[in-house]
Amino acid sequence: MNLHEYQARDILRRHGVPVPAGDVASTPAVARAIAERFGGKVVVKAQVHAGGRGKAGGVKLADGADAAKAAASAILGMTIKGLTVQKVLVAPAAEIASESYVGVIVDRASQRPVLMVSPAGGIDIEEVAAKTPEKIHRLAIDPRYGLLQHQALALGFRLFGDVKQARAAADIMQKLYGAVYAVGASLAEINPLVSTPDGSVQALDAKIVIDDNELERRPEIAALRDVSAEAPEEVAAREAGLTFIKLDGNVGCCVNGAGLAMATMDLVKYYGGEPANFLDIGGSSNPQKVVSALRIITADPRVRVILFNIFGGITRADDVANGIVQATREFALKVPIVIRLIGTNEQLAVDILTKAGFAALTDMDEAVKQAVAKATGKAA
Amino acid sequence: MSIFIDQSTRLLVQGITGRDGSFHAKQMMAYGTKVVAGVTPGKGGQRFENAVPVFNTVAEAVHETKANTTVIYVPAAVAASAIFEAADSGIELIVCITEGIPMLDMTRALPYVHERAARLIGPNCPGLISPGKSKVGIIPGNICQPGKIGIVSRSGTLTYEIIHQLSTQGFGQSTCVGIGGDPLIGTNFIHCLSAFETDPETAAVVMIGEIGGTDEQLAAEFIKENMKKPIVGFIAGQTAPPGRRMGHAGAIISGSSGTAAEKMAALQRAGISVMKRPADVVPLLKERL
Repeated sequence: MNLHEYQARDILRRHGVPVPAGDVASTPAVARAIAERFGGKVVVKAQVHAGGRGKAGGVKLADGADAAKAAASAILGMTIKGLTVQKVLVAPAAEIASESYVGVIVDRASQRPVLMVSPAGGIDIEEVAAKTPEKIHRLAIDPRYGLLQHQALALGFRLFGDVKQARAAADIMQKLYGAVYAVGASLAEINPLVSTPDGSVQALDAKIVIDDNELERRPEIAALRDVSAEAPEEVAAREAGLTFIKLDGNVGCCVNGAGLAMATMDLVKYYGGEPANFLDIGGSSNPQKVVSALRIITADPRVRVILFNIFGGITRADDVANGIVQATREFALKVPIVIRLIGTNEQLAVDILTKAGFAALTDMDEAVKQAVAKATGKAA
Repeated sequence: MSIFIDQSTRLLVQGITGRDGSFHAKQMMAYGTKVVAGVTPGKGGQRFENAVPVFNTVAEAVHETKANTTVIYVPAAVAASAIFEAADSGIELIVCITEGIPMLDMTRALPYVHERAARLIGPNCPGLISPGKSKVGIIPGNICQPGKIGIVSRSGTLTYEIIHQLSTQGFGQSTCVGIGGDPLIGTNFIHCLSAFETDPETAAVVMIGEIGGTDEQLAAEFIKENMKKPIVGFIAGQTAPPGRRMGHAGAIISGSSGTAAEKMAALQRAGISVMKRPADVVPLLKERL
C-alpha cells in the first residue's frame, strides 16, 4: 500500500526526523488559509500515488496566500497518470543548499533491509542507479542489531563533509530505519534530504510503501488507505478477497492462483488476444467469491468474453461451478463465457455446469483459443 | 531417490487441529506420508484422527517422535514464530505453506533458520511431493506420477498444470518443489537445481519462474557453470504491467528489471529450452532427453 507524501512526512516526524512544516488541503480556500498562516512563499504539491508530479505540473511555487489559492485550484482535480488529485500539501518554500537521497528498502537478494544513500538527491533514484551507479552507497543491515551508529555516521560522511551535518544525517538514517520496522514498510525514502543555508538537515519529501501483509496487524496504518486514490474495481475486488488488476484488453480472465493467472494472460496474448485483467480468486473454496469476480469483470464494458481457468487443488471445481451458476441467477452476464476446469471435484463441476446449460472444457489451450476467437469475432 | 523428502520423512504438522492443517494432514496421511506428530498449543495429549499424537510444543513433539520434517499451516500473524520454534527444535526441514507473512518478519526468521543449519521451503508455497513416497504440503497427489523429471517452481496451480501435462503424457516426476511466491524465501532455484543435479533418479528438470527479482537470472548462471542435466524453463508474466504486484508478493516488475523477457533471454543464453506456453513442456523435454 502506498502512502501519500503528507502521511509519510507525519510518520517520519513522529519518529523524530526533522520535517519542515506543512499541511494538507482538499479545497483552494483551505490551501489559502494554510499559506496565510505560514506567510511568504509556499510550495503547493499534488498528493497522488504517482511519480513525476513535478513534470506533470502537480508542484507549484506560490508567493503569498492568493497565489497559493490559485495554485491549489489549478492542481486539485487535475489528472496525473490516470489519478485525480484530491489533496494538496502546502508547505513553506525551503531554501536549499544541497539535496541528497536516503532510503531503506527490503532487498530480496540479500534478504535484509538495505540502506541506500546518495549525494545525488532530488531526482529519481532509479535514474541515478542507471546513469551514475557510483554515486549510490549501500549497506545491508543485520536486523538483529539494527543500523549501528558508526555505520550510519560513515554513510553520513558520504553526504556531508561537515561533521555536524554528517551526524545529523546519521541520526535521521537511524530514525528512518526505526520507522520501517515500526510501521511495516517495504520501502521508506527521503528524497530530497536537504541542507539549508543555516546548516540544518531536513527531510523535505518522503515516500513510504507499506507491505500489504502488515496491514492486518496494524489497523492504524491500514486506516491511512486512501480509497479515492485507487481504481474502484480494485477496491471492490480487495473487499471481496480477490486480487484484481485492470488491463487494456477484452478477454476477461478468472483464474485460481497467481502464477496460473499470469500464464493464462500470456496464453491469451499467444493466441492473438488481449487480456482485460489479472484476477486471482485465491486458494479457498467459496462460490460467493466467484460471483463477486464475475460482477467485477462484467462491469468493464470492453470485456467481450469471460474466460475461466481453474485447476482445483484446495479450490474445489464444484464450488467454482456453483458460483458461476449462482451469478447468472443474480445478474445477466451479457457476454459469452468459456470455462476450463480440472482437478478436485471436476466431475461434480461438469455436471453442475452441464445441467445449467454451460459447456466445460478440460484443456487450457483449447479454452483460451475459444475465448480469443469469441473476443475477436473470428472462428477458433 | 528424490530430493528433500522420501519414505524416511517423518512429518510433524504445526497447526494440525486448524481448518487447513487438519484437512491437509488427512490428505497427506491418505497419500502415505508418515505423519508422526502434530502441534497445537493447548491441545497436547489429544490424538488427531485417533492416530497422530498432538503436542503443545515442537520441542516435545520432536523429542517424542523423532520427526525430521515439519510443515506449517498456522495463520500469517504467528507463522514467523512457528518457523523460529521449528528451527530451535533441531528439525532439518521446515516447509511453510502460510501465505501473507510480513517481509520484515522474514528478515529475522531467515538468518535464524540458516544459523541452525535447517532448510526452510517457502513461505507462501504449495510444499513438495516425491510421488509414490511422500507428500508434504498441498500439491494434489492424484495428478502426480513417479518418474524422472524434477520440478522447481515459484507458483502453485501453475505447477499443477505442468505436472498434469507431464503425467498425462507419460513423464513421471522424481520430486516437485514449490519454493513460494514471496520475495524472501528460504530455498531458491539454485538450492533445488543443485540437489536435482546430484539425484541419480532425476534425469531432467523443469523450472517455472515468474516476473520479479533476479532469482531466475542467477539460476541461469548457475546452470551454465554447474549442470549437465537438461533443463526446460517457463516464465509467467509476459503480459504483466510494470509496478503492479501480480498476486504473489514477489511478482512485481520494478523499473526495467524483473521482466519476463529479460528472464527468458537469460535462460536461453544458459542453454535452457524455454517454453512459450505450458503445453510446450513435453515436446521440449522429448527434444532434450
